[in-house]
Amino acid sequence: MATILFDGVAYGMLLFVLACGLAVTLGLMNFVNLAHGAFAMAGGYVTVILMDRWGVPFLACLPLAFLVPAAIGLVLERTLYRHMYGRSHLDQVLFSIGLVFVAVALTDYFLGSSQRNIKLPAWLQGREEIFGVSVGIYRSFIIIVCGALALGLQAGLMNTRFGSRLRAAVDDARVARGLGIPVGTIFAVTFAVGSGLAGLGGALGTELLGIDPYFPLRFMIYFLIVVTVGGTSGIVGPFVASLLLGVADVAGKYYLSSALGGFVIYVVLIVVLVVRPNGLFARAR
Amino acid sequence: MLRRQLAAIAVLALVSSAATAQDTVKIGLILPMTGQQASTGKQIDAAVKLYMAQNGNTVAGKKIEVILKDDTSVPDVTKRLAQELVVNDKVAFLAGFGLTPSAMATAPIATQAKVPEIVMAAGTSSITEASPYVARTSFTLAQSAVPMAEWAYKNGIKKVVTLVSDYGPGIDAEKSFSEKFKADGGTIVENLRIPLRSPDFAPVLQKVADAKPDALFVFVPSGTGAQFVKQFVERGLDKSGVKLIATGDVTDDDQLNGMGDVVMGVINAHNYSANHNSALNKTYVEAFKKANGGLRPNFMSVGGYDGMALIYGALKKTNGSTDGDKLIAAMKGMAWESPRGPISIDADTRDIIQNIYIRKVDKVGGELYNVEFATIPNVKDPVKAAKK
Repeated sequence: MATILFDGVAYGMLLFVLACGLAVTLGLMNFVNLAHGAFAMAGGYVTVILMDRWGVPFLACLPLAFLVPAAIGLVLERTLYRHMYGRSHLDQVLFSIGLVFVAVALTDYFLGSSQRNIKLPAWLQGREEIFGVSVGIYRSFIIIVCGALALGLQAGLMNTRFGSRLRAAVDDARVARGLGIPVGTIFAVTFAVGSGLAGLGGALGTELLGIDPYFPLRFMIYFLIVVTVGGTSGIVGPFVASLLLGVADVAGKYYLSSALGGFVIYVVLIVVLVVRPNGLFARAR
Repeated sequence: MLRRQLAAIAVLALVSSAATAQDTVKIGLILPMTGQQASTGKQIDAAVKLYMAQNGNTVAGKKIEVILKDDTSVPDVTKRLAQELVVNDKVAFLAGFGLTPSAMATAPIATQAKVPEIVMAAGTSSITEASPYVARTSFTLAQSAVPMAEWAYKNGIKKVVTLVSDYGPGIDAEKSFSEKFKADGGTIVENLRIPLRSPDFAPVLQKVADAKPDALFVFVPSGTGAQFVKQFVERGLDKSGVKLIATGDVTDDDQLNGMGDVVMGVINAHNYSANHNSALNKTYVEAFKKANGGLRPNFMSVGGYDGMALIYGALKKTNGSTDGDKLIAAMKGMAWESPRGPISIDADTRDIIQNIYIRKVDKVGGELYNVEFATIPNVKDPVKAAKK
């Protein structure tokens, strides 16, 4: 029981890192970016390729799994995305879905269809007994890393100048521009960081979830649920939502059969939306 | 001017294709070349190409042409492709079928068009009953599961949890294993099922760990075994005294080396091992590796290889006639030596009769192989045999 809770928390933390970029860009730029999963996939594949072909150790791959998708995100934002900011949400959805299909097809063509796995370093494998609960070492690693990221992001958002400018731009972009805040630059940087975080999440998740060209499509629904339930007004909402969903998913699959158990998160989504239509942490507008 | 030239070329092409049509026998090969089952498609395609390279592309005076189509493991796509192949390309054979739903979706088309459907991969017993034009060269899950249950009970395993993918072959494996095991006197603690697509092994393996059986019997389709073994080890189940027994789909030759030493010692039952000790198999494995950049052939590939042997053999018997009824009649009872061992097509059920081997994963020459240590000869599909 406690192990299941632990597994659920680990899964939830992973979901958080994967989805928080989407939450922030949606809240900040009011842009529906369904291609978010493609950045996660990029991070995963960067890790797989570095470890497979060049034997780079796992820990060294993680920063690159952040930087490469962040760079790709920065380039795409400046070239493609900014033309879509003023468009309707439907246009943005169509655009980003098209981007996902392109990403899936390119990855399938160049890297093959089969699921890729990585071999974790020996010190990350195995299980430990902590306070009588059997926990996986790799899952503990994920909880620690993602927890530290969450704290770092919250601190960055609340306590730095960039963070306060970001929050100002989210609240009211026009007034922020009027005050001299470079909203365009903030958009670009935030998008890059969000994509980088997705990439890092993809890299961390490769061991647990496997990476294949259809990853963005498979996990799109999870990101969207996290963002819908958690709201888009900061980091806390998606964090709580991810934990809730992670635990619900794992516990559901454990206590119910695997088919029914996978349905639990959708039940949670429906219940939350019925009770609080703007998500758990709705922005006061 | 240009238009006239184009028209002339078009007429020429039509005339020449019509002229060669009678002398070409087309085979529609529908395989999952992308998606979750892509490794199956790749193996069978490679095996088909190898067979044609070794045996030429002419049989009984007819030229053989293989038309490869990717159905991405979606049955609706398989059905559409089969229809197009039969109507547009006028194929004489439909072959391949990486998953049971794909084979089942095509069965009505085979019946309507009177075109033999050669199942090279799918493993549910009932496929051959879906149409009188279906013949199979792959395997059925029951063929492997029943001997596995028998071996398990004889070797001191009394309590088992079964874990299978939730679709035709998985349910077949679960039922045949459980029935045989219980009939012998063993206890099935729990029957667990996981979804076929994107399975999440962590929570269900936790259930297994909590149940503490003597052994865990597993079936997941070829291609998913690596992910499963990873999670099995990650949960510490290998160290907790739960033996892992399986059908050979889990220790698929294709992925076996990449699984690492943790998978050593796993006992499984199956119809083909790349390590099988026969001269024909050694030649087969060598030729396959050479033509495919060192890729090891797996049990799916022999399904493709023997499927082509069946097609060639049937055409020789009918002297090149592509009449569906004559071809099926020719296929019934055909027997020959395959890289896996001696095989034959059951005259009653049109299903494959083959040896099943109990194997253990061991290191041979620095690589992981399924090493055979027991043989059950000429196993008919137990599910259909029990119905008699």
